[in-house]
Amino acid sequence: MSIMSLTLPVQDEAVLARRGEIVAALRAIVPGEGVIDAEREMRPYESDGLTAYRQLPMVVVLPQTTAQVSAVLRYCHANGIRVVPRGAGTSLSGGALPLGDAVLLGMGKFKRIREIDFANRVVVAEPGVTNLAVSTAVAHEGFYYAPDPSSQIACTIGGNVAENSGGVHCLKYGMTTNNVLGCELVLITGEILRLGGKHLDAGGYDLLGIVTGSEGLLGVVTEVTVRILKKPETARAVLVGFASSEDAGACVGAIIGAGIIPGGMEMMDRPAIHAVEEFVHAGYPLDVEALLIVELDGPSAEVDHLLERVESIARACRASVVRVSTSEEERLLFWAGRKAAFPAVGRISPDYYCMDGTIPRAQLPLVLARMREMSEKYGLRVANVFHAGDGNLHPLILYDANVPGELDRAEAFGTEILRLCVQVGGVLTGEHGVGVEKRDLMPDMFTEIDLAHQQRLKCAFDEKGLLNPGKVFPTLHRCAELGRVHVHHGHTAFPDIPRF
Amino acid sequence: MDILKPRDAKDVEDAVQGALGGGHTLDIVGRGTKRAIGRPSQSELTLDLSGLTGVTLYEPDELVLSARAGTPIAEIEALVAASGQELAFEPMDYGPLLGGPPDAGSIGGVLAANLAGPRRIKSGAARDHFLGVTAVSGRGETFKSGGRVVKNVTGYDLCKLLAGSWGTLAVMTDVTLKTLPRAETEGSVLLRGLDAAAAVRAMAAAMGSSCDVSGAAHMRRDGWVTALRLEGVAPSVLHRQAALDALMRPFGKTEILGVQDSRALWRAVRDVTPFAGDARPLWRISTAPTAGPGLAAALCDAELIYDWAGGLIWAALPPGQDTRGDAGAAMARAAVAAAGGHATLIRAPAPVRAAVAVFDAQDAGVAALTRRVKEGFDPKGILNPGRMWAGV
Ligand SMILES: Cc1cc2nc3c(=O)[nH]c(=O)nc-3n(C[C@H](O)[C@H](O)[C@H](O)COP(=O)(O)OP(=O)(O)OC[C@H]3O[C@@H](n4cnc5c(N)ncnc54)[C@H](O)[C@@H]3O)c2cc1C
Repeated sequence: MSIMSLTLPVQDEAVLARRGEIVAALRAIVPGEGVIDAEREMRPYESDGLTAYRQLPMVVVLPQTTAQVSAVLRYCHANGIRVVPRGAGTSLSGGALPLGDAVLLGMGKFKRIREIDFANRVVVAEPGVTNLAVSTAVAHEGFYYAPDPSSQIACTIGGNVAENSGGVHCLKYGMTTNNVLGCELVLITGEILRLGGKHLDAGGYDLLGIVTGSEGLLGVVTEVTVRILKKPETARAVLVGFASSEDAGACVGAIIGAGIIPGGMEMMDRPAIHAVEEFVHAGYPLDVEALLIVELDGPSAEVDHLLERVESIARACRASVVRVSTSEEERLLFWAGRKAAFPAVGRISPDYYCMDGTIPRAQLPLVLARMREMSEKYGLRVANVFHAGDGNLHPLILYDANVPGELDRAEAFGTEILRLCVQVGGVLTGEHGVGVEKRDLMPDMFTEIDLAHQQRLKCAFDEKGLLNPGKVFPTLHRCAELGRVHVHHGHTAFPDIPRF
Repeated sequence: MDILKPRDAKDVEDAVQGALGGGHTLDIVGRGTKRAIGRPSQSELTLDLSGLTGVTLYEPDELVLSARAGTPIAEIEALVAASGQELAFEPMDYGPLLGGPPDAGSIGGVLAANLAGPRRIKSGAARDHFLGVTAVSGRGETFKSGGRVVKNVTGYDLCKLLAGSWGTLAVMTDVTLKTLPRAETEGSVLLRGLDAAAAVRAMAAAMGSSCDVSGAAHMRRDGWVTALRLEGVAPSVLHRQAALDALMRPFGKTEILGVQDSRALWRAVRDVTPFAGDARPLWRISTAPTAGPGLAAALCDAELIYDWAGGLIWAALPPGQDTRGDAGAAMARAAVAAAGGHATLIRAPAPVRAAVAVFDAQDAGVAALTRRVKEGFDPKGILNPGRMWAGV
């Protein structure tokens, strides 16, 4: 999808014509500096982590209380005004991209941790609290919050819920959805709902499970309850280098096949290894095609025992380098390289485009080979980092936005990669979300009927389609139209089905 | 009551369309082991999915399994066990509790009821392992969601919606789940004679340690026993057992259970075996662990089992106690309203289940949203009407 071809909902001119009145009404709800309408001050909000797309909102509102969020939404609902929720704006799929006729609802002032409850092992936080701040707040007792996106110093827990974010540890500890117990949600009507709490599972439909990963289309999250875990006693990592990505992929399968679920299992290909090593000097071997970092965590008796097994599996898989961390510094150094992969690639190219497909792991060699062909076809380099345990690929396509045509080529390259992921049995996005970026590829994975069923959920939460329109769904059907029941004639009986 | 027995997914679609066109309602049944849960059926036709069987994909190295919805759970558990794997959410078996045989349920039923076991506190419930689904909604249309990979955020997660929807939104025909390696061994640390408050404190201390406890229950077995389970590779279990034993000493005298006894104990906790084989009204209550003892105290003379470190309470009402004829509903609802969480009436005579709220009494906003979701997926109300709530 190129920038040119991205169609966002047609701007509502009637709403724009009333801008002054709308700003005044919002100021009455959120006084002081909580409403921003000057162009210069709205600039910081014009894009999220997908910086190729930019759009100024109609107005920015930064509420501080649930009551204000509710009043803003109720006003917008009554007046047919669109709303785009935003956390820290680190989305890589354009989920928080503003719309020109919409209120951008920034949740950044919801910064308080409301409760730390060690006995029940939960933290209740406002949505603007950063992911890392949740872990930091409980670190003194040796606890942490498990999902750890690489953006964790910046991204918010509200954004994590909206995107169902993951991290390098989610193979063992799950994604956001597996670690959230409750939330307070404000619907577009202004109605305030509580879903879940400190207890496990829903008593009725799992609405919390639906809201998690809904990309700001169903409601605005104003409070989140997450589960925290005690830090493992120890963690050690092993670096394993291979002469081919096939061997590396086979090794990942063999480790899991042997019944071992590492705390983290990350892979990098040659271009990524070289970019990272030049930047971080993590001591990565440069004469390998693929590098695995396998981290085991738990009591030292377990870690030592499993490390030995991993080492012997790696050697059986023809590893050319096997290096176990011998100190905490060395373990952190192994990770420093992986964690700096994006900025490292940023150093060797003016721009890069980060993809996020997931594939059945066995397809890795095929997908990497096809990516090399595509790289030649589009004349652009690609470096791969890969959450190897769960098959989540992050190809980084290198381009230069100042060279005419390169961005378009990068996007076409990315689209072809994602289509390939779907073709081999995988999916369009493992953790970054659909947003605007993958929106128009949804029909590659879903039929009209599949998408209509998803949209019926949207209708149950937001019938007028005012919350974050233009994201996730390639076409938004009217709820009235989706509500119709099509009875197929001739189906009033059960002709062919065995009946007793 | 007529029974329709589809042979394949296409038959299911035809059946739902037929019901839609003919104005019939359908009772959706997997293998029928949990039919006594929920409000009694109000349908004239039964859609029996027990003919949709077979594992269609199992790749242990990829941690993934797909099966037709009517496949016996026992068949799936045996298959994955042969590769050293399991369904990590440890789905409980309602059979014996409801007077039926053990090991008789279907995978579709496991998911529709969002089952879990003692390991819920570490590894999640069915919802957390449900990767993909193909289903027929009450609109008579086949849709899919999710996929066969463990990491996926493409579109709304309709698997979550269907997990725990008890067949009221769509009829699942094919499902994909995550499988995980089974622990090589296990052991348990026991404490005897604690009261509920002390037991919950002990379990909180255990859960808050780095011992990676995978089960924490408090129940009667010749007096009250508080049990803590450790699973993993042998050296790790031994190491953690010693650490946990030391950590639990201040709470009382400890005992260690070896692998066989530990397995038997946790199977009993999972299936609530002490309450099987009788007909007492039985409640299942989920709450914050520290709220458990207080909540339970409000249930008068109910006999109790605490799982999930105190957060899951099974409460069986003594015979004769049910003077209101509501299976203790008023009492249970009031206790849950005060403590937070939700309660489900798992076992009671059909007339009682028809008369009282069996599932969570939702507040107005959530109830209205629930109704809108139901209308979206089953606008004519033909799938398990009224099974969860009257009119839904
Ligand atoms: C360098 C970098 C590394 C990254 N690494 C990872 C990674 O390892 N794993 C991963 O999963 N992601 C990663 N991301 C993506 C991103 O950080 C996550 O998606 C994150 O959860 C977004 O949080 P945010 O607060 O920035 O949300 P935003 O970007 O502001 O918003 C994201 C979406 O959430 C909605 N939203 C935000 N707050 C709310 C709310 N309170 N209520 C309702 N809707 C809301 C928005 O409308 C939008 O659709 C990375 C991003 C960057 C830039």
